[in-house]
Amino acid sequence: MTALSNITVIAARELKSLFLSPLAWTVLAVVQLILAWLFLVQLDQFAELQPQLAALPGAPGLTDLVVAPLFASAATVLLLVTPLLTMRVMSEERRQHTLILLFSMPLSMTEIVLGKYLGLLALLGIMLLLIVLMPLSLLLGGTLDSGQLAAAVLGLALLMAGFAAVGLYVSTLTRHPGIAAVGSFGILLLLSLLDWPGAGGLFGYLSLVRHYEALLKGVFDSSDVIYYVLLTAVFLTLAVRRLDGERLQR
Amino acid sequence: MDDSLIRVEHVWRYYAAACALSDVSFEVRRGEVLGFLGPNGAGKSTTMNILTGNLAPSRGRVWINGVDLLDEPKRAKRALGYLPEHPPLYLELTVDEYLDYCARLRGLRGGALRKARDLAKQRCGLTAAGKRLIGNLSKGYQQRVGLAQALVHEPPVLMLDEPTVGLDPLQMREMRALIRELGRERALILSSHILPEVQATCDRVLIIHQGRIVLSDSIEGLSRRMHASSLRVVFRGAPQAEALSAIPGVQRVEREDNMSWRIYFEPPHSPAEAITAQAAEQGWGLIELTPERLTLEDVFMHITCTEQPAAS
Repeated sequence: MTALSNITVIAARELKSLFLSPLAWTVLAVVQLILAWLFLVQLDQFAELQPQLAALPGAPGLTDLVVAPLFASAATVLLLVTPLLTMRVMSEERRQHTLILLFSMPLSMTEIVLGKYLGLLALLGIMLLLIVLMPLSLLLGGTLDSGQLAAAVLGLALLMAGFAAVGLYVSTLTRHPGIAAVGSFGILLLLSLLDWPGAGGLFGYLSLVRHYEALLKGVFDSSDVIYYVLLTAVFLTLAVRRLDGERLQR
Repeated sequence: MDDSLIRVEHVWRYYAAACALSDVSFEVRRGEVLGFLGPNGAGKSTTMNILTGNLAPSRGRVWINGVDLLDEPKRAKRALGYLPEHPPLYLELTVDEYLDYCARLRGLRGGALRKARDLAKQRCGLTAAGKRLIGNLSKGYQQRVGLAQALVHEPPVLMLDEPTVGLDPLQMREMRALIRELGRERALILSSHILPEVQATCDRVLIIHQGRIVLSDSIEGLSRRMHASSLRVVFRGAPQAEALSAIPGVQRVEREDNMSWRIYFEPPHSPAEAITAQAAEQGWGLIELTPERLTLEDVFMHITCTEQPAAS
């Protein structure tokens, strides 16, 4: 009970601080601009192809040709952008000496980490909402495969959750936001490139992208979901352990 | 449990192989202000960090308000207010937002929260600054915000790590008055390397040097240690050194310049009276007689310099 309220107090402060700096606004604007442009290009192409597609039985529809590519590019943009949002989340506490404040409060390390994480998720949730509004606008004049769209949204949400957990962990390691950003970007890129052609089966399975692609096609496999949940849990646990270790040795 | 709000028993702390604290034990009772003195790097901050749960001791136990800090950290920390060396501030928040955040994390809500925040602001002289951004405040005000944060939840145990660093003399005086007031109903630890500050605000002194406690005494006891063992005397006439040495109680005489002398004696048997009598009798023209007091600095230097560990 108190744990939950502590977590929300920390999360609310985190979200507020994110929006008090111009960084969150800029990132939201840039992501929206890029994705909107890609969305319009994709839509334009679809409009050109539509007469030919209409003649084909079982041809790919609006969701396949517009929504899936949009969400695929969103993953790439997020890969570049999430490290910028997560870099300050713990390193800033260290730099401003406020980590000492949190440590001397009646809080557990888990509450601190989960609070921070929830604050990040709230920001990413806003971003997700803004992205999803684009395909939803297509409903004004067309029809979407709602199952496939739901799977894609779920996939992007899981991807964001995983990215944020990685970024949060790397941010606990350093007091320099720049290093945190580069570090988490490196880990995320490496995890995405694991299914590069030629990589072995196990490495391919660990790839961040492969599980996302399945969801984009509308294939809901619970093992894909579990992959992201595990990824998130592992990095959040690492972050808690890292903060705990701080007390023991320095 | 009795009145001791902070109890530290045989705490050791190693950094790798280096021993930062060795066998530190002490207690602080309610209504007591403990001055924690030591040169930089002596182990003051390490001790403060251990007492506030920022650092785990390698060995030993700590009780805050009767609760074991290592076994039940959350319950123990509820009784704790801490102002670290660098005030832990979110520069992008306003004073009110920041204090609300701190109070909320300590479990205050609604009306109680608002009352606690206003009282803390009033105590620290921040009533007019509530809507200002912390990042725009001066160093002195930021220090006050840090202190307000430490006492917003009315903790029975307060720890202040060098709270007057970076303040101007007037602010220092205000801060000391506030510390004395706060110490009346709490257990308060004040870490400092400014000796007059400790002398002015504390009831008891703990001097730490190279990780061990080298002195634990009341302020009165400390003052006794600082008792004069010399007199500074100025004569208009020029008495012979032999004549001065012959006065009963005088151990040694030192001529400073033409007119002034320093006369050493074995305390508490001051020869002041005998000197005045002689001076009047011989017509030396006594114009000044000052009992010299050791400053806390002298005692401090004496203790920290003489009690070096034998081997090193």
